[in-house]
Amino acid sequence: MAKGTVEVDKLRCKGCSICVEVCPQKVLNLSKEPNPKGYYYARQADPDNCTGCAMCALMCPDVAIRIWRQASGN
Amino acid sequence: MKKYLLKGNEAIAEAAVRAGCRLFFGYPITPSTEIIEYMAKHLPAVNGTFVQAESEVSAINMCFGAAGAGVRVMTASSSPGISLMQEGLSYIAANELPVVVVNIVRAGPGLGGLGPSQADYFQATKGGGHGDYRLIVLAPSTVQELVNLTQDAFDLADLYRNPVMIMADGILGQMMEPVVFQERETRQLPAKDWATTGAEGRPRNTITSYSLQNEIGEANCLRWEAKYRSIAAAEQRWEQYMTDDAAYLMVAYGTTARIAKAAVQMARKEGIKVGLLRPITLWPFPVDGFKSLQGQIKGYLSVELSAGQMIEDVRLATNCSAPVHLCNRQGGMVPAPEEVLERFKEVFPAAAAAV
Amino acid sequence: MKEVFKRTGALTDAPFHYCPGCTHGIIHRLVAENLEELNLLGKAIGVTPVGCAGFCQQYFNIDMQGAAHGRAPAVATGIKRALPDRFVFTYQGDGDLASIGIAEVMHAAARGENITTIFVNNAIYGMTGGQMAPTTLPGQKTSTSPFGREPSVAGYPLDMPKIIAQIQGAAYVASVSVDSPKNVLQAKKAIRQAFEYQLAGRGFTFVSVLSTCPTNWGMSPVKALEWLRENMMKNYTLGVLKDAAAQ
Ligand SMILES: Cc1ncc(C[n+]2csc(CCOP(=O)(O)OP(=O)(O)O)c2C)c(N)n1
Ligand code: SF4
Repeated sequence: MAKGTVEVDKLRCKGCSICVEVCPQKVLNLSKEPNPKGYYYARQADPDNCTGCAMCALMCPDVAIRIWRQASGN
Repeated sequence: MKKYLLKGNEAIAEAAVRAGCRLFFGYPITPSTEIIEYMAKHLPAVNGTFVQAESEVSAINMCFGAAGAGVRVMTASSSPGISLMQEGLSYIAANELPVVVVNIVRAGPGLGGLGPSQADYFQATKGGGHGDYRLIVLAPSTVQELVNLTQDAFDLADLYRNPVMIMADGILGQMMEPVVFQERETRQLPAKDWATTGAEGRPRNTITSYSLQNEIGEANCLRWEAKYRSIAAAEQRWEQYMTDDAAYLMVAYGTTARIAKAAVQMARKEGIKVGLLRPITLWPFPVDGFKSLQGQIKGYLSVELSAGQMIEDVRLATNCSAPVHLCNRQGGMVPAPEEVLERFKEVFPAAAAAV
Repeated sequence: MKEVFKRTGALTDAPFHYCPGCTHGIIHRLVAENLEELNLLGKAIGVTPVGCAGFCQQYFNIDMQGAAHGRAPAVATGIKRALPDRFVFTYQGDGDLASIGIAEVMHAAARGENITTIFVNNAIYGMTGGQMAPTTLPGQKTSTSPFGREPSVAGYPLDMPKIIAQIQGAAYVASVSVDSPKNVLQAKKAIRQAFEYQLAGRGFTFVSVLSTCPTNWGMSPVKALEWLRENMMKNYTLGVLKDAAAQ
């Protein structure tokens, strides 16, 4: 069970792929289908590995990422 | 009522303080400097702030910020400094901010000279900076009028959300005349609910003139145009002197209006039927004043300290219904009343012959 | 699960118009989060530049004024002098601040104007399509230095935070980068410090943020971050260059 969850706002995402590269766990990749603006948006490819470290969100230039993490002690 | 003997420049500054101007940003330049010196000395006592800016470019942009924050603000300069302010004035007009700017005009172009001049007429009345916009331009011709029009300037700026320029020259700025500061009836002015004061308790405000959508650009231009038209309809001001039976008209503002008035008096002694129309607002130009006299006037003499700038507006205002001639001096030189009368007789020989 | 990262309410819902991967967006977030965390949304007035950030009135949930090119520090001075108890900042690019507006920022610093300037240095004119900026590095190709910036013709880059740090009226000057998560956190802290100093009335505060322009650098967003690290971060002084309170 993953410690974290990423949600990418696919309408805001411009597919710059900074999050894909910066994620230490390689959780994200780009979609095969474009969003309405024509961008191949980021999405979770390997959700189980997400630690909720938020590195992707810290680097997202479009503030399109939300992160949840399991409460510590769980 | 208490009378004060004040220099023109000081009178402007004191009138501004009494009109509630609490912020002043300026950069020294002769012959306007007494205004900024007066503000530096007197604003602190009324909890106001004076900042000596690093340039006129900055001074006008500081005015932009302060006006945007909803406070009465003024700057003063002279021709070369006013040139540097043109960018800021264009932005202030576009953002519809109330700012009062004083131009104590000196001779140009270039660094020019310190002598009196009216050669900034085009710059002041036709826009000056980029884009279609207008300043309301007030042209006092006595120290008392410097006081009254300075106070009016703040009201007009607030009422129309538009920059207002007071145009004078070094003669008026240095001239000492007794003035009174009348209690003024307060004009009903719109609330500045558009100001950026921090969005606490209301939707946020933005002040910006930038749009990449041409449709929005055009809508803005149409809105401004309508505003300028309403100002032109409501705010023309002029003085008529000995015009009731006048067959000829001198046209002059500010310093030259004083001289032209003396020339009219001399002409009248000789029996020449000439009057004076003195524009008090240079923009809007008092076309209504000309219209009211058009049928009776056989010729106009525009008396100016320039190569002939206002003369174009006189021609437009009169539809060239009668000849319009120029009497001018330049580069800081001023004509004597005798010179004006001589020129008048030269261009309108029939006027003198009719006596 | 607990939400640990969400979009700050100090940003409006409007999607940024910036190019994909442009780090203007990260810097916007850092400014916005600090505004929110310091409870400044009701009392802040931001002044925007001319440049790619010229539309950012749309993005910050606060009162904003749009200045002419380079004039933001003068406009901010007018606002601050009118309303000394409000929080006032400028957000400016390197063409805006270090070229056409260098007088305005230097003198705002010299006056110790109690405002904060966020300086976004991407070594190029983004908005106008990639011309040389005063911050363009020697050898860097731009559309007006097509053979690479040649110092004998086009001079040398200006290291603005280093220059501003010399000025007595500057209370806090930091130079940061947004090339990595660690540095992004650092950048946020620097902006926070600057904002707090303004709130404490200490004087002029300045945070320079090294930023990317993938479009005009002609690189992918990820490559641009690498170029930033390898070139800009090596040419520009980083760190807290002045902290009047600590001195
Ligand atoms: C007086 C004036 N000169 C030139 C311009 C054109 N212009 C617009 S943005 C810009 C440069 C912006 O570059 P920078 O400040 O580095 O910001 P960026 O777009 O890279 O974020 C220029 C020269 C202008 N708008 N006004
Ligand atoms: S041109 Fe450059 S600075 Fe401007 S939005 Fe695009 S990437 Fe960002």
